[in-house]
Amino acid sequence: MNAILNRPASLTAAPYFTSLVTVLLLAVLLLAGGAAYPGFLSWQVMLNLLIDNAHLLVIAVGMSFVILSGGIDLSVGSVLALATMVAAWLLNVAHWPPLAVIAAVLAMGFAFGAGMGAFIHFFQLQPFIVTLAGMFLARGLCYLISVESITIDNPLFVTMSQTQLGVLGGFISPAAAIALAVLAAGIYVSRRTAFGRAIYAIGGNEQSALMMGLAVGRNKILVYGFSGLCAALGGVLFSFYMLSGYGQHAQGMELDAIAAVVIGGTLLTGGCGYVAGALSGVLVLGTIQTLIAFDGTLSSWWTKIVIGGLLFLFCVVQRLLSSRSQQQ
Amino acid sequence: MNVSSLKAAAPNAPAPLALLKHPLAKPLLALFALLLLDLVFIPGFFRLEVRDGHLYGPLIDIVNRAAPLMLAALGMTLVIATRGIDISVGAVVALSGTMACMLVGGTMVVNNGVPEYVANTPMPLALAAAMGAALLCGAWNGVLVAGLKLQPIVATLILMVAGRGLAQLLTDGQIVTVYYQPFFFLGSGYLLGIPFALWVVAAVLLVVGMLLKKTALGLFIQSVGINPIASRLAGIRTATLIFFVYVFCSACAGLAGLMISSNIKSADANNAGLLLELDAILAVTLGGTSLAGGKFSLAGSMIGALIIQTLTYTIYSLGVPPEVNMVVKAIVVFAVCLSQSAVKIRR
Repeated sequence: MNAILNRPASLTAAPYFTSLVTVLLLAVLLLAGGAAYPGFLSWQVMLNLLIDNAHLLVIAVGMSFVILSGGIDLSVGSVLALATMVAAWLLNVAHWPPLAVIAAVLAMGFAFGAGMGAFIHFFQLQPFIVTLAGMFLARGLCYLISVESITIDNPLFVTMSQTQLGVLGGFISPAAAIALAVLAAGIYVSRRTAFGRAIYAIGGNEQSALMMGLAVGRNKILVYGFSGLCAALGGVLFSFYMLSGYGQHAQGMELDAIAAVVIGGTLLTGGCGYVAGALSGVLVLGTIQTLIAFDGTLSSWWTKIVIGGLLFLFCVVQRLLSSRSQQQ
Repeated sequence: MNVSSLKAAAPNAPAPLALLKHPLAKPLLALFALLLLDLVFIPGFFRLEVRDGHLYGPLIDIVNRAAPLMLAALGMTLVIATRGIDISVGAVVALSGTMACMLVGGTMVVNNGVPEYVANTPMPLALAAAMGAALLCGAWNGVLVAGLKLQPIVATLILMVAGRGLAQLLTDGQIVTVYYQPFFFLGSGYLLGIPFALWVVAAVLLVVGMLLKKTALGLFIQSVGINPIASRLAGIRTATLIFFVYVFCSACAGLAGLMISSNIKSADANNAGLLLELDAILAVTLGGTSLAGGKFSLAGSMIGALIIQTLTYTIYSLGVPPEVNMVVKAIVVFAVCLSQSAVKIRR
């Protein structure tokens, strides 16, 4: 720490620098909101950020792993929609017990992701194009089940959507608690397990990882499987939130997830970043949305434009930093 | 065009089996297989008739509807040839269509008791402004990719997210309807009995094709796609080339946006060109262009676009629910990927 303080130039070269910038940005956004709108900085508004974005946080954790491994997963939004659809169909039409439904949906998500991972590994295809096909496939399957929205009235799902867990005077939904648990698990796995280290190694340099004797193929397939699992879990949480299954749920959410991961400070070329960054990324996106909602006069389309601007900013910062560290 | 390129490769390979090795053979075979399916199952598929001096028929319909996709695929081919990708195509379509529709608009004026629609802005100006917006988008992408050296997918992701937001902001989230008659010509007019959109595509294809074949441009693009660093050392202005490739891609998307908005007589910032970038990428890959850059075929991309549109038409005509379309597309992408994969499965 001292060495970093003594040489200010090395702070910008530190791996956590962009993550630090994000946290600062989040603080600035929150303070600006607090200054402009009364009641913005209340505890419950902060907790609502978590409640409204629980599903996004979960898929962003999965996406973090994929991006850390040097890949990308464009199918998560569609898999989320497919999960809500399958859950609604199994509950309403097949009359499965709710816990079995959740287990089946999660298994489906994992299998879907792992399948794409297998395609990417065994046929040496680009993740971009394979997950693109996966995106088409999952959305198409949604519409095959039903083109209409299916309402979920299962007691367990309804309870999950209405339960309020008290936290220091405020409350969060069970979904938000689950999302935080997933985040914690994600951080643990990425920092403390062999799997996590293998992901960083593969993202850093796949060839070297292979020569080091890492099971690159197995880990890659697992990463996409994990992302699919997260997307399906996100779908379950989303169906708690919306109490419906619909093929058009979460249109474009894969991009929100990628944006959250990038804003959270993870390098898109892989190998560098933190899973914890997903939380700050999601919170930044959520805060922007809340700011626009509090303002009330701004068009909601400003959200998209601001997210685009932030993406630009962070990509450029990352680019400049990485080019500087290469020169050193 | 297809015929000539087939001939070009044919002289040393008279045997029919060798002909199968031609890069266009697979996409053409796929297209013929689809057409054969249509011939058997859809009555009157190949019927062409002349009505009011215009050509009509399912085939014309397919080609006409494929026009915006063909344009987008043209631009995408060059981008992919330089080892890039442009996922902002749909957003650019929405933006240019919105600009054109808002500027043209159309208000009713009663002239001597005859109601007439007048454009808000002179149409050439409106079209120029829309194309200008598209060019700006392309320049933005180009600067990010060629100047700042961002990964193409990330660089264009920014515009993909923000572009549609900008278009929505322009229209206040409303669908802008156009009432000005001459504007409709671009999307649904006929010239010499053939849809005008096709003339546009043919013109762009001809100009680009000539540029690539008759100048060294095609070679340069190929060399940048194969090895950007070596190309730069060999004296090719890699950055400039990449910049203009993205500008061209956006220009094509802008033109496609004009065509789409003129065809549906309105600008829908939310849905215009939705997922068009993905269809364009699919068309390019179907045409045999490698996503790894360096090897590309404009003719192949055109065939790819036709395959996608024919597939859609076939699905609709066979009475299969349109929802299946996405599943079929996904399966086609997987199949194409597998056929392109360098890894051969051991028997």
